[in-house]
Amino acid sequence: MQWMRTTGLSALAVAGCLIAAPASSETLRFAASGDAASLDPYAYYTTFTSGFLQNVYEPLVRYDETLNFEPALAVEWERTSPTTWRFRLREGVTFHNGNPFTADDVVASLNRARAENSPYIVATSAISDVEKIDDHTVDIHLDGPYPVLLNDLAGVLILDREWMEANDTLRPVNPSKGEESYATTNANGTGPFMIESRRPDAETVFVVNPGWWDEPEHNLDRIVFTPIKSAATRVAALLSGEVDLIMEAPLHDLARIERTEGLKVLSGKDLRVMFLGLNQGAAELNASTVKGRNPLSDVRVRQAIYQAIDIDALNQKVLRGLATPTGILVAEEIQGYDAELAPRAAAHDADAARALLAEAGYPDGFDVGMDCPNDRYVNPDQVCQAIAAMLAKIGVDVNYTSSTKSIYYKKMLSGGADIYLFGWASTPQLDAYALLNSVMHSKDGSKRGKWNPGGYHNARLDELVEQIQVEIDMDKRQEMISEAFRLHKNDYGTIALYRQPLTWAAKQEIDALQLADNKIRLWWITKN
Amino acid sequence: MTRLLPFMLYRLGQGVLVMLVVAFISFSLFTHVGDPINNMLGEEVDETYREQLREDLGLNDPVPVRFIRFVGNAVQGEFGVSYRNSIPVAQLFGERLPATLELVFAAAVIALALGIPAGVYAAIHRSRPSAQVIQILSLIGISLPTFVTGILLIYVFSISLDLLPSFGRGEVVDLGWWSTGFLTASGLKALVLPAVTLALFQLTLIMRLVRSEMLEVLRTDYIRFARARGLPDRLIHFRHAVRNTLVPVITITGLQIGSLVAFAIITETVFQWPGMGLLFIQAVQFVDIPVMSAYLVLIAFFFVVINFIVDILYHAVDPRLSGTLSDGSGKGMP
Repeated sequence: MQWMRTTGLSALAVAGCLIAAPASSETLRFAASGDAASLDPYAYYTTFTSGFLQNVYEPLVRYDETLNFEPALAVEWERTSPTTWRFRLREGVTFHNGNPFTADDVVASLNRARAENSPYIVATSAISDVEKIDDHTVDIHLDGPYPVLLNDLAGVLILDREWMEANDTLRPVNPSKGEESYATTNANGTGPFMIESRRPDAETVFVVNPGWWDEPEHNLDRIVFTPIKSAATRVAALLSGEVDLIMEAPLHDLARIERTEGLKVLSGKDLRVMFLGLNQGAAELNASTVKGRNPLSDVRVRQAIYQAIDIDALNQKVLRGLATPTGILVAEEIQGYDAELAPRAAAHDADAARALLAEAGYPDGFDVGMDCPNDRYVNPDQVCQAIAAMLAKIGVDVNYTSSTKSIYYKKMLSGGADIYLFGWASTPQLDAYALLNSVMHSKDGSKRGKWNPGGYHNARLDELVEQIQVEIDMDKRQEMISEAFRLHKNDYGTIALYRQPLTWAAKQEIDALQLADNKIRLWWITKN
Repeated sequence: MTRLLPFMLYRLGQGVLVMLVVAFISFSLFTHVGDPINNMLGEEVDETYREQLREDLGLNDPVPVRFIRFVGNAVQGEFGVSYRNSIPVAQLFGERLPATLELVFAAAVIALALGIPAGVYAAIHRSRPSAQVIQILSLIGISLPTFVTGILLIYVFSISLDLLPSFGRGEVVDLGWWSTGFLTASGLKALVLPAVTLALFQLTLIMRLVRSEMLEVLRTDYIRFARARGLPDRLIHFRHAVRNTLVPVITITGLQIGSLVAFAIITETVFQWPGMGLLFIQAVQFVDIPVMSAYLVLIAFFFVVINFIVDILYHAVDPRLSGTLSDGSGKGMP
């Protein structure tokens, strides 16, 4: 029945669009710090690029205003066996070039996404085969029971098979082999906007897709996007009225923007939860005079560090009160979140922290290295300096190193950092599994524990993670996720800090829906 | 002139050597700028695939091997594909080079058109208060960092006065592969602030150089002799003196065009000018090795060519040099 309802709606939408068209004649200009890396939906697995492209291309299943699933190119779906899902596709949808959208496009797109050299292979690794049943029905076969297929599919945008064939881009690009693809610089989706022109790193112009199947809730007919790397210039462009909206507005300019007549700040909670990783698995620390033992291996020391940090003060002083302190490493919107684990693991208490250190055999504290990136996250450098000062109060002397993200990642991933600032947004799946598997599971060299260079290890948690991966009973799965999170929290495996703030700024006349995944959805923006 | 050809060949050989050295040094540095894989792949891609990509890109090979492969490809005109933009580096440079060259051209014109007259004026009328003011202003110009100048100009002309755009190139027109901003009003307006920002340092440098050279020339015997002959000041200053100050000015200006291209990194970042400098800074952050290596070699190439042209120009301006080899150190006097 749902299928009937949605086709009815889309017919209405087409009619509504025809009537509403002349009323909308607004141009939106917006800026962000970087450009989309490519127009190819499967070339880069990054948030900004996929957010940018979902205005042009669409997935089978998309997120609604509350980040729950809703039908997009698929109108209904069901699990026909533990390892098979059947999708009924939307009829009457056309690509920007006029080609009808059919099952062939889904098969070709998913095969392209999971081709051998595709960076999107992560989002499609569970799929063993994609089978066309009829023009508007597709079966997706899985390697085994897999609970988060919809989460994966919400990130996989669908291309047109004829268009890919005609332009010889049925396989994704492998930059290492000097391949370039037509899809890198051209786009042909089914989404609400079409790309009219594009100069990478300079300007991309979108125009409205008059044949979009869904009912437009925006009143834009043209969108000009400019990447502006320098934060000061980005703010200047907004202040001077050259752009209507900026993403990633720097915190220290927010007061200024709010004071300016005609401008407003749009702030929210980002999905990304920031935390400190701790080098607890190594025999010795990298940058410490303590030899022969590793203070961070002792849970009392880790708890002492946690209790030494006043997260509320950090939020007020360094993040203008815009962050949301939390004790769990996933946001409320993420599948697997457990409100019971959100409060602090232990209160901020420097005296208790000093007592714990003494109990662990470090009455005078110790020295330790700390690494933070300075060009990723919100105010990372200030956050780390403030934390270093808080740790100094309990006698933990921090040797702080701030570096550009490429250098930071290299050092951190190889286990060279003792304490490191890191954040996890649980995108694109919006599910806790990736965090459990990559950050909390112990490192096994290939599939698991890649972002656990600190060497946190708990055998029971490892076991749970492996079960969570294949558990398709969602209630049972949630119980296991909660148990795993609780173990990690009690072990002080990482120091959970806060949900990062999400800050945009815009002219008063702009109405934009800002979702926690920090992707801009142009189809929900109106300009009055 | 007979000795010009071997001289040119000699300089050419030097140039090739310089570029090879630059390429090698930059390659040795790349091992310290981090790992591009983390920027190319999302956080959730597993280690097997990362290792595969690292192997495919040749990132596991020792520096000399990578260097030789780079030189081998570069000789055939093949610079690889950008990790960040996934398009061939040559095509990327073709898109960005016009923006930078137009900016550098405009900045050089501003620097010369204002710097030389200001320097001459300050030298001829060096006791006047106006000349003193020029001197003081030039000190400010030479000591202000480019990004501060840029932000100040944006604040005054874009935000407060709302006269000029704060970012970008405006509307551009494609003439074949060359995209130009010179043909549209918005393109010219967008050029003003970045060009002035970039020109400011060079302008003050040229002005101060012209002034001191001019003062020196004015003290020479032939100028005094010309005065004794009763020639009018205008003729002495502009026919005899200015001409003789130009040799060092040509050298410095020539070499400074190279540094204009290099300085453009900061100006382009402040004004989001879509040129080579912005491309390079983004490449550094992304660890886009093909773009970084090609850029550094290209910049070295610019310097080599500019030096070469300056050397040839010496011979044109100062015929006394025909019998000697310039050491390229400035005045070229034997």
